[in-house]
Amino acid sequence: MTRTLKPSPCAAVLKDIAKRYRVGSVEIPALRAVSIEIREDCLTAISGPSGSGKTTLLNLIGCIDRPDQGELEVAGTPVAELSDNALSDFRAAHLGFVFQSFNLIPVLTAYENVEYPLRLTNVPPARRRERVLSMLDAVGLSSHARHRPSQLSGGQQQRVAIARALAAAPRVVLADEPTANLDSQTGASIIELMRQMQREHGISVVICSHDPKVIAAADDTVVIQDGRVESVKRSSDIHIVRPHTPVVGSRIQS
Amino acid sequence: MMTFSLALRNLARNRRRSITTLAAIVVGTVAILLFGGYTRNIRYGLQIGFVRSSGHLQIQHKDYFLYGSGNPAAYGIADYEHVMDVVRHDPVLAPMLTVVTPTLQLGGIAGNFAAGVSRTVIASGTDVDGQNAMRNWNDYGYDGTPPPLALTHTAPNAAVIGGGVARVLQLCGALGIRSCTRPEDATAHEAQSTAAMPPDIAELSADEARAIPQHKDTRIELLAATARGAPNVATLSVVKADSQGVKELDDIYVGMHLAQAQRLIYGGDPPQVTAILVQLHHTDQIPAARARLEHLLSTSLSADPLEVQDYETLNPSYGQTIGFFAAIFGFISILIGVIVLFTVGNTMSMAVVERTPEIGTLRAMGLRRAGIRSMFVVEGMLLGLLGSVLGIIATLLLALLINHGGITWTPPGRVEAVPLTVRVWGAWAPMIATALGLTLVTIVSSWVPSGRGARINIVSALRHA
Repeated sequence: MTRTLKPSPCAAVLKDIAKRYRVGSVEIPALRAVSIEIREDCLTAISGPSGSGKTTLLNLIGCIDRPDQGELEVAGTPVAELSDNALSDFRAAHLGFVFQSFNLIPVLTAYENVEYPLRLTNVPPARRRERVLSMLDAVGLSSHARHRPSQLSGGQQQRVAIARALAAAPRVVLADEPTANLDSQTGASIIELMRQMQREHGISVVICSHDPKVIAAADDTVVIQDGRVESVKRSSDIHIVRPHTPVVGSRIQS
Repeated sequence: MMTFSLALRNLARNRRRSITTLAAIVVGTVAILLFGGYTRNIRYGLQIGFVRSSGHLQIQHKDYFLYGSGNPAAYGIADYEHVMDVVRHDPVLAPMLTVVTPTLQLGGIAGNFAAGVSRTVIASGTDVDGQNAMRNWNDYGYDGTPPPLALTHTAPNAAVIGGGVARVLQLCGALGIRSCTRPEDATAHEAQSTAAMPPDIAELSADEARAIPQHKDTRIELLAATARGAPNVATLSVVKADSQGVKELDDIYVGMHLAQAQRLIYGGDPPQVTAILVQLHHTDQIPAARARLEHLLSTSLSADPLEVQDYETLNPSYGQTIGFFAAIFGFISILIGVIVLFTVGNTMSMAVVERTPEIGTLRAMGLRRAGIRSMFVVEGMLLGLLGSVLGIIATLLLALLINHGGITWTPPGRVEAVPLTVRVWGAWAPMIATALGLTLVTIVSSWVPSGRGARINIVSALRHA
């Protein structure tokens, strides 16, 4: 655990990004010429009213959607031109997701859910087991390893989802309204957990949320309004960076 | 490994739907295999019937098969005993042979001159011992063996006739055939004649009829053309009327001892036969035996122009019946395949729709499109494999029940009822083929829905959560 002070590089760089959706014959602009930098090793909140385009922005950073225009670089990789398979491999290796509805695989146990991203990145079994147990321990669910999602509470499911998102040691974790389906107390504990994990694992976390607690906990806050970046608030220019230890193998192909 | 595990768990997740789909596959497998077993039984049954009566192969005079029925005597095998001797002692053929026996077919007119009736017949002169030996052939393990020929241990002039011949020659009463009724016209004519007579004449006629002894005379005369073209008559004593199963044959059949038939056709000349029947231990020996026979006929037995015919050629109805059942089997198989195709396709389509958020999640986590596709295809494949295996087990149990249920039926061309049997046990190749075929169908039917699942837009899929 070395404390290093250095200027933060970028987890994601968006230049002049535009995204439109077509509803019938009508084209609706979701993002218009968005240019921002998401700092590495920070917890960044994307905020804004409903329909402002914050989820679209999160989807683009998460590489599950493609921009219609502009340049997008995530974890140092220009992703716009990657093939579908290469993008899948990129997500498996460098990105983690936490969803509003937890989205755990219902037929898998908590252990297996956390293990899944490690299988995708071909981590050897022994290393996989060690990593899964350590992640479940980190989110306080070691005793629930054999439980199926249906046997867990909402808060516990979201903890498993966080463990899963972090299992493959991604560069960036993206969370879409992670507290929206939880009561305020559980939501607060989830924010606290994410913050703690972000710091311990030295990763970048981008959370899309209305929740004031999330915004309060964030290093940076990007406010989106009508598909445009209205403001970017950075709480600090210098922060703690921990060495990043990749767990995954190299499956990325162009 | 994870794909299989996921697929199995997802099948267990919606148990009712999986069981319904499995049931369709099981029923399909059972239907295909049971009908296949039944068809196999028909094929073996027919084959046994033909092989027991006419052997696997026949050595005939060249062109006898095509033209001999018009004049069998002209297509006789002169030195047939030598031919049989060579065949029996051939070192290549001998291990394959069970019976080698001669037969003489002839056409003629059978008459019951006492009753003033006659009809054209096809007579068959057989070596009774050889024919009885052929009737023991049972390569497929059928229960029981047929009784010996009715000609066994009978006088040299004994004959067996078809039920139809007995009917026409008015021998039903003498032969004790109960199902034989006289035509209404004849009865009415007699009644009319009696009614038309003056009473005193009718009384006299009745007295005369009573005075004539009512002996059970079963003699018939068989008129045939000799090899030289002259007419010849043999008086035969009918010992039995045997139903031949097919009316056309029943109406013309006369069976007699070979020596009697030869005397009728060749008189004092050296006797000949129209065919030498060759029965083998196993049907699959036909190609080898045929090749060897043809070699012998072209070398050591080349004195006479002889040829070899197999039982399938000699009995075209065999091929037609097998083809008929094969067509039905094919139709049933296709029908079941289509049903399974749509059932599994529907099941997998529903699974894709229901698991759309899951697809989005897995894709977001980095699973490739191919991974999604294989997940659903493996599910379909497991349904196919599991359904086929359960279907095979169910078929074996059902076949056991059917085969021991005492159900009988009378196949076409046969007289006596036989046990209804489905030959499933041991037919492993058709079982494996059915299982693989249905599994392939389930893979194909999963392919389209799985492709749809794999192409789902990740963002849209996640919105379904």
